[in-house]
Order: sequence, then C-alpha cells, then structure tokens
Amino acid sequence: MHIIDSGNVAAATGVKLSRAQVIAAYPITPQTPLTEKLSEFVESEELDAQYIPVESEHSAMGVCIAASTAGTRAFTATSANGLLYMNEQLHWAVGARLPIVMCVANRGIGAPWTVWNDQQDSIAQRDVGWIQIYANDHQQIIDSVIKAFRLAQAVSIPVMVCYDGYLLSHTYMPFEPPEQEKVDNFLPPFATKHFLDPENPGNFNPVTLPDIRPGVDGKIMPGYIEIRHNLQMDLLAALDVYEEIDTDYKKEFGRGGHPFVEEYKCDDADFVAVCIGSLSYHLRDVIDSMREKNVKIGVMGVQIYRPFPNEAITRALSGRKHVIVFEKALSYGNQGALYADIKSALYSCEKRPTIQNFILGLGGREIKTGQLLEVLTEACNSPGTAEDTPRWIGLKL
Amino acid sequence: MEKKTTTVNLTEEEFVHPGNRACSGCGLSIVYRMGLKALGKNTILVVPPSCLTVLQGLYPVASSKLPVVNVTFASTGAAATGVRGAMKALKKTDVNVVAWAGDGGTSDIGIQALSGACERGEDIIYICYDNEAYMNTGVQRSGTTPQGVLTTTTPIKGKLQKKKDVPSIIAAHGIGYVATASAAFPLDFYDKVKKATTLPGPKYIHVHTPCPPGWSFESRYTIKIGKLAVQTGLFDLYEIENGQFRLTGASEKLIGQKRKPVTDYFATQGRFKSLDKELVAGVQEQIDAKWANY
Ligand SMILES: Cc1ncc(C[n+]2csc(CCOP(=O)(O)OP(=O)(O)O)c2C)c(N)n1
Ligand code: SF4
Repeated sequence: MHIIDSGNVAAATGVKLSRAQVIAAYPITPQTPLTEKLSEFVESEELDAQYIPVESEHSAMGVCIAASTAGTRAFTATSANGLLYMNEQLHWAVGARLPIVMCVANRGIGAPWTVWNDQQDSIAQRDVGWIQIYANDHQQIIDSVIKAFRLAQAVSIPVMVCYDGYLLSHTYMPFEPPEQEKVDNFLPPFATKHFLDPENPGNFNPVTLPDIRPGVDGKIMPGYIEIRHNLQMDLLAALDVYEEIDTDYKKEFGRGGHPFVEEYKCDDADFVAVCIGSLSYHLRDVIDSMREKNVKIGVMGVQIYRPFPNEAITRALSGRKHVIVFEKALSYGNQGALYADIKSALYSCEKRPTIQNFILGLGGREIKTGQLLEVLTEACNSPGTAEDTPRWIGLKL
Repeated sequence: MEKKTTTVNLTEEEFVHPGNRACSGCGLSIVYRMGLKALGKNTILVVPPSCLTVLQGLYPVASSKLPVVNVTFASTGAAATGVRGAMKALKKTDVNVVAWAGDGGTSDIGIQALSGACERGEDIIYICYDNEAYMNTGVQRSGTTPQGVLTTTTPIKGKLQKKKDVPSIIAAHGIGYVATASAAFPLDFYDKVKKATTLPGPKYIHVHTPCPPGWSFESRYTIKIGKLAVQTGLFDLYEIENGQFRLTGASEKLIGQKRKPVTDYFATQGRFKSLDKELVAGVQEQIDAKWANY
C-alpha cells in the first residue's frame, strides 16, 4: 500500500523495517526529521532499538563503530558539515570493516553557510572507502536503505545511502513500504564473524606493522598494506554482490533491476546526459521535449558511485556521440569528480564519445528546466566544440 | 565495599600476559594489571590512541586477555556508549563496559564525548590514567600537565598554565561515582575499580601514573615518586560518591598530619628542573590552603 510522506520518513521507515538495533544521531538540516522520526519509532516501541542522542557527529559514528564491533546493526544519518565532522570516523569504520549504514541528506558545505542542496558533502567523502548509493526518489530511498543493510553485512563494508536534501528529504511523494515479513526474509538478522565477546576475546584495530607477521600460533597475518589491498578488492567485488542483492530485491518486491546506472531513453541515444541523484529525474522532462524534436538523447543516473561501476558506465556510453555530465559538486582545483571518473572509465573504449562537464545547483541555486534544455540543445548541436574545463550553469557574475 | 583488598586476598587471576610493550617502571602497567583483575573476565575495554595502545601489543599479538576495541582519539566516551548500547540491544546485562584512556585523550580531545556520556548517564566505567603529558607522541604538554613542567612543547620555561582538574569537571556532571587513585597504591585503586563495577550509571576513576621517561626519573623510583605525590598533598586520593566527598587511603591518613614539602617531590624528577623558587612557594601555598579545607 502506498503512503505519501517525505524522503526522510521513507528513510526512517527503511531503517525500521531493517530492524536496526543501535541508532545514534545528531541533528543537522535537512537530515533532522529522519532522526526525529526514528526517535519516535523507538519511544513508541514500534522499533526495538537503542536510540542514543549523542553530543556530536563524531560521537554518532563513534557509537555506531563500537556498537557494530560489539555485534549489532547500527545506523546513523547526517548532512554536510556533520558528515565532514565524521571524516576520521568514516575511515575508521571502513578500516575496521564494519557493516554500518548511514543516510546522507545531501547539502552544500559551509563556509559560507548554506542549508540547501548540492552533493559536495558526500562527493568530498568519495575516497574514504565507504560504498555510496544515490537514490532518485522516495521509493528508491526506502528500497536502498534495506538493500544497503544487506550489502554492508555481505561485504563487511559500511554503506552510505545519499539523497538530495529538501528536493527529496522534505518533499512529499508516494512510496510503498515493503511488508515487514518480506523484509525479514530478505534481510537476515545481524551477524558477523568477529565481535567483542568476553567468551572469545580479541583485540580489534590494534597497531599493525607495515610487513606481514606471524601470530603466537605461527600463522602469518597481514600487514597494513595487505589489509588495505583486501579492502580494495572487496570493494570492487561488492558491485557483483550488489547486483545479486538487487536481483533478489526485484524478485521479492518487484522494484529495482538497475543497480549501477538507471537509463532513460538511452537505447538509441546519440547523446546521453549523466548525473547523480534526483536531477536525473528532473532531466527526463527535458529529454522528452528534445525527443519531440527528434534529438536522439537520453539520460543516465549513476546509482552507485563508490565502488565506481566502470564496466556499466563504459557499456552504457561506449559508441555514443557525446556525453554531457551535470554535477552538483566539484573536485575543487580540477573538474567535476563524476566527470573525471567517467572520462577515466571511457579511456579504454574504442568508440570513445566526446564528453563535456556542467556544474550547477551549488548551495541550492535553482535548476531551471529551460536552462537545462538550452545547454543540452547547444551541446547536441556542436558536440565537437566542447572544452574540458567545466562550464557553470546559471552563474550571475 | 566493606573489606579492603590486601596482597593476601588479592585474586591471582591475571588478565594481562607477562611481557608487554610498556617501558620498564611504567605506572600504567601496574594499574592496568590491577584494574583488569578487579574488572574480571566479563569486561569489554575501549581504548583510544595512547601508551596503552602500544602496551596492548602489535597485530596479531595482544597482551591482554579481555576483548578490546581500539577507537579514535576523540571518541572514547562515545565508543563506550556504543558498546553499552549493543549490550542492551543484545540483552547482555552483566558485562562491564570500560573506557581506558590517557590524560590527553581524556582532558583534551576526548572530553566532549566523555561529557556527553556522563550527561546521558551511560552505564560505563571510565578510567583515566594520568601521566601528566602526551607520552605516546613523545612527552608534549596536555591539559593535565602541572604548571612549570618541562615537556617537548614547553621546553624552556615549562608549562605556564595550571593542571586541569578533570575529576572535578566530571563530578560537576553529577554522576554517582568519581574517584582518584595512584599507581603507588595499587590495592586502593583495585578496590575503587571493584566498587565501580557494582554501581549503576557513569563511573569515573582518575589514576595518577608516574612515567619514568616522561618525567625523567630512574625506573626503579615509580612507586616512591607516586607515593611522594600523595604524601606532599599534590595528588589527593578521594572518592565522591553521590556528591559526598571524602579522602581515602593514604590521603585520609594525612589529615591533621604534617605533609612532606612539595620540594621533596619536585627534586626527584628532571621535568621540574626549571621551576623557580617563587612558583614552588606558590604551589606550596596552594596545597596548604587546599588541605586547610580538608
Ligand atoms: C585525532 C588524533 N590526533 C592526534 C593523534 C596523535 N596521538 C596519538 S596518542 C597521543 C597522545 C596520547 O596522550 P595521552 O592520552 O595522555 O596518553 P599517553 O600517551 O600519555 O599514555 C596523540 C597526540 C591521534 N592519534 N589522533
Ligand atoms: S612513556 Fe611512560 S606511560 Fe608510556 S609506556 Fe613508557 S612509562 Fe608508561
């Protein structure tokens, strides 16, 4: 049965259905209603979890790290500066291989202060080793949260589920919460091989040497670099695991089937607009009106950004005439991060398309459909003239 | 706690393996061994970066027999909260959740998380071992370094500011149990830890641990110097239980007695080399005034 509510409530409902056991949270706009909703679920005993209202985001992740190490399903959520304040902890969580799930309601970063949406916060954390999934609407938020818990547990790597602040976090849309019983089938109870246990003591995250070293039993154990290498391999393998999880989800709930990229009118497209998050749905209108004028254009939303789905991206973009990447974030001092990643994915393609980068919407600057139509039309008319430096849409200098 | 523990009835069970990576004469080694005896098997430890991280050993070897989670410097109080949260979620009610951190990790970078845990009333024991500087990174000043002490970041004039009174700050949260202890009086420490395991809510124990290389003294003098800190009245042993303050052990016995002059203590360590007479006189006056109130 569909309900109509905000993206934050969709996320909270996903967390409830996933039976999170320890929830730590610190408020920051636009994530706040999510943590408020969770506190309500816990106090009303709809969700049997420990809700810990901590004194900072650093501590929120600290609680999740410890609770996960101790053998429980842990969840937190944040935005913008809250996410940045966690940075040290994000590295720690993944280095310790903890299956924590976190929602990020994407928001621009201070200074100067802004509460409105862009994606700089999570994009700035792309290299910490967390899996990053981006949802485009409320249904994807709730579905992604449930899938994220299963993925995190399967690969022992934490997962961020990101969605656009306000555009999704605060708007009301219909979505269908899956039935609890079915979710229980899909997502088994939390279990990890190693956890804090007085019956079976271990020292977690100790000082580790550069080189391999035997333990007291003579067994050779990895050095730091081996541990990091294993993380990288497991991250890359996580793509296949996620695909399986998504297939299972589709079987059970009928939704999904595009775990890496979600294409719209791309089949015969010469031109493909690429972006992350709700913008890819916004762009569908523009693509529709260009199609009416017989421009062969489609749009592709990147659903998982780390690990980067190189293969899926090359498959989707190889042989196209021109690719136009829209981004609500930058790798400052260079280009859009997504643009650079896509360029690098296409490097090995024989039929490499030309590619172009637009920056837009930073700090919530309104993204006007007319402007999108204008730049896309121009890009399709003269793809060969595109320069490598990103162009900014709607700047008023 | 009715009966005091003595060397005769102290449990023989050990939770620290013989041989670890602490310096010889380390005050922390003494209290760690004693503390784990008092905590017993059903305990989970939370440890931030510090000399204790090193003491624990290098992967894949560990020097203690209890489960330990190493966490980031600032997050000790939060991590202990997380372990307790997990224990509640798993309905494991009989586990001691113990944070064990240095003075820098407690008084400076970790105070926010510790304060949060105290305010929320988390059922944890927090033990701060106070070697009065950042020793793990090579003897830099911390919030609890006493005035006048030479460290590598206060190398000529010594630290200009006074020692931060962390137990009082924690006591101001109104938690049920705050105590101080010293590595020179390990059985007193043992009893305080033991008592902490029987009380609900947050418990805070601040234990003074002499450090031979950091304080610049020969490793055989650890106990002697620890005792002098107490006997001069510089470091007092006490308990604050439900708001009631009382001196304990060796400090209690000093009430109405003549204390040793603080110069006796200062003379034993290289770190006090640049104390001038005025500062020493000032410290003696402060100590006398404090004790006049006991
Ligand atoms: C965020 C962060 N900053 C700095 C450090 C470096 N660091 C590691 S241990 C330490 C000093 C610890 O001092 P203290 O807590 O007093 O314990 P001790 O080493 O004296 O036993 C510092 C500064 C760190 N690990 N993490
Ligand atoms: S430096 Fe001091 S506190 Fe650290 S291990 Fe050595 S003696 Fe102990």
